[in-house]
Amino acid sequence: MKGWSLLALMVASTVLGDLLQSLEMKRHGEIKEFHPRGIARVLGALARNKFLILAIVFMAVAFFAFMTLLETTELSFAVPASAAALVFETILARIVLKERVDFRRWVGACLVAFGVVLLAQ
Amino acid sequence: MNTAERLRWKTRIFAIIVILSNTFGNFALANGMRGRTTVSVFDYLRAIFTPWVMIGVSLLILWLLARMALLSWADLSYVLPVTSLGYVANAIMGRFFLNETITPARWAGTLLIVAGTMLVGIGSPHSKEGP
Repeated sequence: MKGWSLLALMVASTVLGDLLQSLEMKRHGEIKEFHPRGIARVLGALARNKFLILAIVFMAVAFFAFMTLLETTELSFAVPASAAALVFETILARIVLKERVDFRRWVGACLVAFGVVLLAQ
Repeated sequence: MNTAERLRWKTRIFAIIVILSNTFGNFALANGMRGRTTVSVFDYLRAIFTPWVMIGVSLLILWLLARMALLSWADLSYVLPVTSLGYVANAIMGRFFLNETITPARWAGTLLIVAGTMLVGIGSPHSKEGP
């Protein structure tokens, strides 16, 4: 039971963290500079952003939930089960981020959902 | 090399960094956390400063930064399946390096996740609707 609660906490935080992160990185625009000064400038600009800070908080929650989950659960369950986040994220990518999700991507998301159900057997 | 081709290669290279750092980071973390009982903040701090967990956390930080960079030019619905491929590689690591028993149902589930992520991921990383 503790394992399932941790998994649910991890999936929910991952979904929220990823969504906020994608929203913010898109607003920032493509990163083109990879020399140290360029990276420092990008990190400086992003560190002042509330959405991104919130995204990092969600990611931290997801990370500690995952860490705790690994104490008792097998890696071969914990890691693929976290793919459940993909299903929710595909739906939210369409609704919130307005990304075009074609039929093939929907079928893919459904297969992932079935896969996670099988993992739980 | 034209701009589109450059972007394609940049995307591929970052996708590979994302997959590898995720797979090995999770493996190191699982190795370090197995059998521990963390309840308080101090338990977590103690765990974080053990060698395996430190390696795991460092690789996962690399994973996070590489993925953030990738997200700045590629869609979330493209980046996520690529990351999920790394998750499946992790299940295989669990089987061979952590001696986990994987039931047929779990293999089937893992393979379905691979198939699903392939379907979602194949294609252009740019699918934004018009302005």
